[in-house]
Amino acid sequence: MPVIRTEGLSHIYSRGTPFEKLAIDNINIDIEAGEFIGIIGHTGSGKSTFIQHLNGLLPPNRGKVIVDDVDIASSKAATRDVRFKVGLVFQYPEYQLFEETVYKDIAFGPKNMGLSSEEIDRRVRAAAGFVGVSEELFELSPLELSGGQKRRVAIAGVIAMEPKVLILDEPTAGLDPAGRESILGNIGYYQRTTGATVLLISHSMDDVARIASRLVVFNEGRIAMDGTPAEVFERAEELTAMGLAVPKATEIALALRRRGIDIPQSVYTTNYLRKLLINLREGDEQC
Amino acid sequence: MLKDVTLGQYFPGKSIIHRLDPRAKIIWLVGYIVALFLVKGWGGYLLMTATLVSFTAIARIGARAMLKGLKPLVFIVAFTGIINLFYGSGEPLVQFWIFTITLDGIKTAIYMVLRIMLLVCGTFLLTYTTSPLQLTDGLERLLSPLNKIKIPVHELSMMMSIALRFIPTLIEETDKIMSAQKARGAGFDTGKLTERAKALIPMLVPLFVSAFRRADELATAMECRCYQGGTGRTRMKQLHFAARDAIALLCCAIIIAAVCVLRHFGL
Repeated sequence: MPVIRTEGLSHIYSRGTPFEKLAIDNINIDIEAGEFIGIIGHTGSGKSTFIQHLNGLLPPNRGKVIVDDVDIASSKAATRDVRFKVGLVFQYPEYQLFEETVYKDIAFGPKNMGLSSEEIDRRVRAAAGFVGVSEELFELSPLELSGGQKRRVAIAGVIAMEPKVLILDEPTAGLDPAGRESILGNIGYYQRTTGATVLLISHSMDDVARIASRLVVFNEGRIAMDGTPAEVFERAEELTAMGLAVPKATEIALALRRRGIDIPQSVYTTNYLRKLLINLREGDEQC
Repeated sequence: MLKDVTLGQYFPGKSIIHRLDPRAKIIWLVGYIVALFLVKGWGGYLLMTATLVSFTAIARIGARAMLKGLKPLVFIVAFTGIINLFYGSGEPLVQFWIFTITLDGIKTAIYMVLRIMLLVCGTFLLTYTTSPLQLTDGLERLLSPLNKIKIPVHELSMMMSIALRFIPTLIEETDKIMSAQKARGAGFDTGKLTERAKALIPMLVPLFVSAFRRADELATAMECRCYQGGTGRTRMKQLHFAARDAIALLCCAIIIAAVCVLRHFGL
């Protein structure tokens, strides 16, 4: 049984004004528990609209979203319930920090769930641990932190609700390479230890290729591709035609193939490419 | 949700109304409002409604967009209507407890509601068809005589255009923050009044933080481009008063005159 299933999901913005726009069109997808899904697509392809449906922030114009076998639009209680089951971290989440202290801000979500103060405390500490926010920071004002730390606190605020599904919209946007690397590492670690389902929107193909077990490509409001990274990057030419970049390793593999070197098209990580190249060289030496 | 607020929004277009000089449009609106307050009977209201409807059609603004703009005013309109309903004089039609409804009351109620709606829709027609920049440019030029009595017209209009410019940005920002806090289980539309007021804190704090940040960035950006106020400043886009603007103003004068004539005959 999938954790999240959508049936014929469509959404139109600004209906009835000159700005009317079909953002997503007839999306059908099954998301299984424990999957790590990377969502890619260029700006305006509908991916952000799509994820906002998954926890009921946007009501669909057509179609439905089913979480844990319950249509989330079926009752007010179901809509509120799904907010805690499906945690959503928005782009630039640091702009939503508001409490006096880091601790209180991370505790905001669990508090809204009506948990006991011991349980809240446990969750805040666990969530802070996952994203690498040390306890010395707990009593500081979130506004005093650096950009990267603010981002971590904001992500912890969602993780602290211990959602079954965690969705992150470009969690590494605007961070330096070291910060990106470390936040992605944190997310991967969180997914492995808790077994939660994670959906990660990213512009960086290299990031999603390395970390996700399934890729969903959005184009003009529809799902253009859906499969393992190997399957998706095998269609590298189509991706480039959509205006999407492919991972550096795939680019190199493509270029090598064009020069007549026998290398599989589905290469997408630098490590795998390196192994293949080393094998190739050793093969040559043996002949 | 909040994105649907149409207040002060501009719908780009190429109709003749869009292309009119903003000064002409502002004078036109003032004239329209004056005429609206001169109207006395059904004939005048018919004329004013017909004018607005035809201008909306010429500007190719959808009826839906127009009515959407009225949505936030439903309460005020309904309130005015009901109050006026009970304050008519003359022969009572219905009478219960302390309320009396007269034919005169019903008439005043309908006229008042119509007047507010036309007033608001007329203003919307201006903001829908004029970009904020044009609008403040027009206002600045119209008010420039006030410079002589030491009123800083340029500064005022600059403030206004900045404020107008930031309405959509702030609405978008509010929308984003609300979504983010809702995703963390915050409820903005449930609970008692005090709870609801408290629930606004998670939205207002980030909103103010970001508004100050934006103001700061804007000030820096303006200084980087050597902005120093109105004196000696030239414009890239000069306003030109064309024949069509004169015609528009003539139309306006004719409507005011027509309303006066109708008023004279008690219509």
